[in-house]
Amino acid sequence: MAENYLPILVIFVLAAGFAFVSLIITHLVGPRVTNAVKMMPYESGVDQVGKTRIRFSIRFFLIALLFIIFDIEIVFLYPWAVVFKDFLSAGSFIFFEMVVFLAILAFGFIYVWRNGALEWE
Amino acid sequence: MDISQFFTSADLFGIAPEIILTVTALSVLTLEMLHVSRPGIILMVAALGLFLAGALAINTSGDEQILFGGMLVLNRFSVFFDFLYITIGLLTLIFSQGYLEKRGSASRGEYPALILFAIIGMMLMTRANDLVIVFLGLELLSLSLYILVGFLRHDQLSNESGLKYLLLGAFATGFFLFGAALTYGAAGTTNYNGIVTAITNNTILSDTYLFLGIGLLLIGFAFKVALVPFHMWSPDVYQGAPTTVTGFLCTAPKAAGFGALIILFNRAFVDIHYQWQDIFWILSAMTMTIGNISALIQHNVKRMLAFSSVSHAGFLIMGILVLNETSISAVLFYLVVYSVVNLGAFAIVSAAEQEERGLNLKDYRGLAAQHPWLSAAMTIFMLSLAGFPPTAGFVAKFGLFSAAVSQGYIGLVIIAVLNTLISIYYYLRLVVNMYMQKEESTLILSYKMLAIVFVGLIAIMMIILGITPGYLLEIVTEAASTVA
Amino acid sequence: MITGNIITDFCLLILFLPLLAFAINIFFGKRLPRQGDWVSVGSVLITLILSLSLLMNMFMNWDANFSYEAQFSWIDLGAFKVELGFWVDNITIVMLAVVALISSMTHIFSLEYMKGDIRYSRYYAYLGLFTFSMNGIVLANNLVSLYIFWELVGVSSYLLIAHWFEKHSAADAGKKAFLTNRVGDIGFFIGIMLIFTAIGSFNFQDVFAGVSQGMISGTLLTLAGVGLFMGAVGKSSQFPLHIWLPDAMEGPTPVSALMHAATMVAAGVYLTVRLFPLFSPEALTIIAYVGGFTALFAATIAITQNDIKKVLAYSTVSQLGYMILAVGVGNYVAALFHLLTHAMFKACLFYGSGSVIHAMHHSLHELHDHDTDPQDMRNMGGFKTKMPITHWTMVISTLAISGVPLFSGFLSKDAILAGSLAFAQHHPQHFLLPVFGFGAAAITAFYMFRLIFMTFHGEPKLPKVFEGIHESPKVMTFPLMLLAGLSFFIFYTLPYFNPISDHGWFTELIKAGDSVAPGNPTAHEIYDGVHHAHYPAMALSLLVAGLGIGLSYLMYMKHKFSAENWARKMGFLYKLSLNKYFFDENYNRFLYQPLLKLSRAVAYLDWDLYDKYFINGFGRVTNLLSKITGRIDYDGLDQILVDGVGRSVRRLGKQLKQVQTGRLQNYMLFALVGLIIILVIQTI
Repeated sequence: MAENYLPILVIFVLAAGFAFVSLIITHLVGPRVTNAVKMMPYESGVDQVGKTRIRFSIRFFLIALLFIIFDIEIVFLYPWAVVFKDFLSAGSFIFFEMVVFLAILAFGFIYVWRNGALEWE
Repeated sequence: MDISQFFTSADLFGIAPEIILTVTALSVLTLEMLHVSRPGIILMVAALGLFLAGALAINTSGDEQILFGGMLVLNRFSVFFDFLYITIGLLTLIFSQGYLEKRGSASRGEYPALILFAIIGMMLMTRANDLVIVFLGLELLSLSLYILVGFLRHDQLSNESGLKYLLLGAFATGFFLFGAALTYGAAGTTNYNGIVTAITNNTILSDTYLFLGIGLLLIGFAFKVALVPFHMWSPDVYQGAPTTVTGFLCTAPKAAGFGALIILFNRAFVDIHYQWQDIFWILSAMTMTIGNISALIQHNVKRMLAFSSVSHAGFLIMGILVLNETSISAVLFYLVVYSVVNLGAFAIVSAAEQEERGLNLKDYRGLAAQHPWLSAAMTIFMLSLAGFPPTAGFVAKFGLFSAAVSQGYIGLVIIAVLNTLISIYYYLRLVVNMYMQKEESTLILSYKMLAIVFVGLIAIMMIILGITPGYLLEIVTEAASTVA
Repeated sequence: MITGNIITDFCLLILFLPLLAFAINIFFGKRLPRQGDWVSVGSVLITLILSLSLLMNMFMNWDANFSYEAQFSWIDLGAFKVELGFWVDNITIVMLAVVALISSMTHIFSLEYMKGDIRYSRYYAYLGLFTFSMNGIVLANNLVSLYIFWELVGVSSYLLIAHWFEKHSAADAGKKAFLTNRVGDIGFFIGIMLIFTAIGSFNFQDVFAGVSQGMISGTLLTLAGVGLFMGAVGKSSQFPLHIWLPDAMEGPTPVSALMHAATMVAAGVYLTVRLFPLFSPEALTIIAYVGGFTALFAATIAITQNDIKKVLAYSTVSQLGYMILAVGVGNYVAALFHLLTHAMFKACLFYGSGSVIHAMHHSLHELHDHDTDPQDMRNMGGFKTKMPITHWTMVISTLAISGVPLFSGFLSKDAILAGSLAFAQHHPQHFLLPVFGFGAAAITAFYMFRLIFMTFHGEPKLPKVFEGIHESPKVMTFPLMLLAGLSFFIFYTLPYFNPISDHGWFTELIKAGDSVAPGNPTAHEIYDGVHHAHYPAMALSLLVAGLGIGLSYLMYMKHKFSAENWARKMGFLYKLSLNKYFFDENYNRFLYQPLLKLSRAVAYLDWDLYDKYFINGFGRVTNLLSKITGRIDYDGLDQILVDGVGRSVRRLGKQLKQVQTGRLQNYMLFALVGLIIILVIQTI
């Protein structure tokens, strides 16, 4: 059984090896010129506007958190969709069950919305 | 395909209290959204939901019912706990009236909603017949509590304790989940009946896994009910949390934790319970002793009550160490008395609390002259916690100790009695401060009439229960007989 | 028709209404209008109505075997189970009516008598407490609640006797009553415990069933019986614990009427009646002799007393002795009958004396005379014209207590005397019992008429005081008239009208049960004996009553014989009687003083010898040792020992505080260490 996974292991080793080898080779053979302009984050000509380490507004986290919650909840729809047809023979119960689930989800969404969590300012 | 093999309408009726509470919590949130956030209305809706849930819970109190293919079990024991949670929730909501505003937080619908969600989680914990359900309930409870603890957003202490609780709670959840996984690995199932069958038929895959699993599950619970040395979070969190939340935090989740622990060890690990008795013994002795000694030197009332609640957990563990019908009914009696008394005490503390002061023992000096009735009630609560006759606390302690003595744990009972003696010192210190110190109290108590009525009712009930404990004893014995 | 649940409700109300009045008056009495007396009077009148409706119901049912029991569990700890409840039968109903009636009369009478008292509301509160506890005794269906209420009655008696505690003698009398009762209660408690150990239940029915099954028998049963009877000896003031009752007269007179004549002292009789089935023949013999002797003995003291209340007090002791005698000879229905009739006429006599004292008090008050004793009969005389109602009601009740036909006392006393006569016929060796009984009857008639003649007839001894005597107001005379009315035979012989028959509702509705203790005659045998002795006893008792009244008439009305001459002639006997046979003095010399000496000796041992030499020496040695160790190693473990455990516990707490850093990583570390320790312990 374990030998079935052998090709994956081989690919994994090959991929990792390729990346590793190319990094080492560029390091060894590439020319090295260091000056101020070259050390800038974007050396394609755009002037930098400030430091990289800036504080992000907490709102980003809030939005991200909300996105993740709703995104993950949606995942429940997939297994439901898979068994939907089998259960349809027993009536529309399975449909309304998901309606209840989505209603609760929608309630949460409305609640977040009404409380102004989605407003930027 | 036939749905009834997955679940039937009986299952839905079984979880009707949970459904009702969910709907209530959502309605409370809706009210808040519609800016109908007058505290009175929200409290009324929440109370209505709790009453309805209680009525539905009692409806299912007949014979034992197994729901969702063995995931949930309904019996007198679980109904008893349902009622306990509902009572605690109701009292907390009543005592919270006006508190949050006083502490500078807007009155929000989230507060009752979160308490309702916590109650649902706890109900699941004591109805569970499966480790997964316990975990679900535990998480629902914990997530609600994390927010409740940090509810005062502009208060640094509250924020700190919320974060601490979250981190250590997650830590504990890790233990619990890992324990559940190992148990699953050993027994091949997370269902209690399945586990016990596997143990009796000796089809355990790995004794080490089972052993580790039980240990980790135990530690997960030990975190939740704050047993030494897993109690370190509790004083910090109890002190930082809003006082009314502290009252809720040191009663209901503790009851749920002990309830779930009793079911776990009485149903799933019933045959190997005796192997863990030494651990329970040590946990009990350590918890009550360290909790008491730490409480002794506290000057902050909230912190003192927090440590006292740690020591009470130590007493309660004695009941799980013995684990027969007598001891379980004693634990249930103790939980009722302890919960209600603590809620009452925290209600008075929250009434006395002010921006800068009201939390130190010294602030209570001479309170009796100004508020004789509240001081009398507080005295009854303290005496009850210390286990003085004729309060209900005495009957509760007496029941637990006699259950332990009858199984031969004389040494532990001696430690417990010594601890009770120590505890009298710090409980009475508050009483002495209220009555015997001459200094004028400058505390201005702010409270709602309803809360005071309930504080008085609790105090009277404690005396009545101390004199005639018969009725409650009957109820707890009946509840205990369904699991033992 | 009143049935099961309603009886329970009625009984709960009868029991708890007075308690409610107590609670209201003790807490808020002073702030209420009229100091809250209406609360007490109202509550007790409601209990009177309820009790009377139970009584009416009993008449309507006319069922001698009626009994009803209600139970509920109080403490249920598995093995140790205490159930409380009521046991209601005809005896209970009659007793409830007596308690409620006398109690309400006392409440009404006190409205005037206690007017202006500094602790008026507290007085009414205590009356409520007493009524509650007395009803509790009557309703009890088990020994535990009986005992609890028994003690509560003792407490309320103590509080009421010592109501005027500024008066030294009143405070002492309260203490004396309480302590003397405690002596009896020790025996009572031992009896209860003996029975519980043998039978395992406190419930009366279970106890009787247990005795009849022989679970407790022989000497043990006798001991248990005597123990229980000791409780009755204390409460009913029987020889040798009779000393407290005369002193208890220091309390307010209405209280004396309620507690020390009609109800509380009757509790002892009620107890022996309730528990009659379990007394063994030996125990009953002891009971009979104690009762008979007390009856005669107390009567002989009453002859020479001059304080009007003291005469009544000894008379009460004597009459209670009668009742106890009746229980002892097995005729307990007669005991209960006499309890009922005695409650009425003795309460009336006490109210009468209260009325007289009240009048005297006011008259003396107006003369600013604070030295003359308002209770001394030698200061009275001729009050007949000034206080006609008090006079006539007292005459009626005196006729009743003397056993004159047409009055209630005749019926009940006759039944008791017939019982003792029948007993002596069966057991000739106990011939003394009827002698006690008839002797006491003669003396009772004598001294009671002495009281009437000295108080109401003849020439006024203190004319100035006499001028100021007035009849008492209506609230005081109303109870007198009511109770005097209830001293006529008709209320006890209904539905028959024969004043000398031994038939009536009482004897038909209250039937004696058989004793369950082995060796006792059946109720039927006792009844037959009493019935046969009925007429001889009646003739004899008429004769002795006539003798007593005649002698008293000749001596105190016609002055044919001089009482002083007689007293001089029988100097020794007179002195004995006047000084109550020197009981208090002898108790003092042979009991209290030796006890005091013993306790002083023990105190000397404890304080002077043990403390001075042993404890102090020990302390000195410890001190020395601690100094030495302190010098050697002041820090560390030794210091904890010397400083005491308290400090070390606190120190431990402080050290624990160090652990409580507030840092999460430390907490987690501790948890992990804990986890590892747990797993290690478990693996080992």
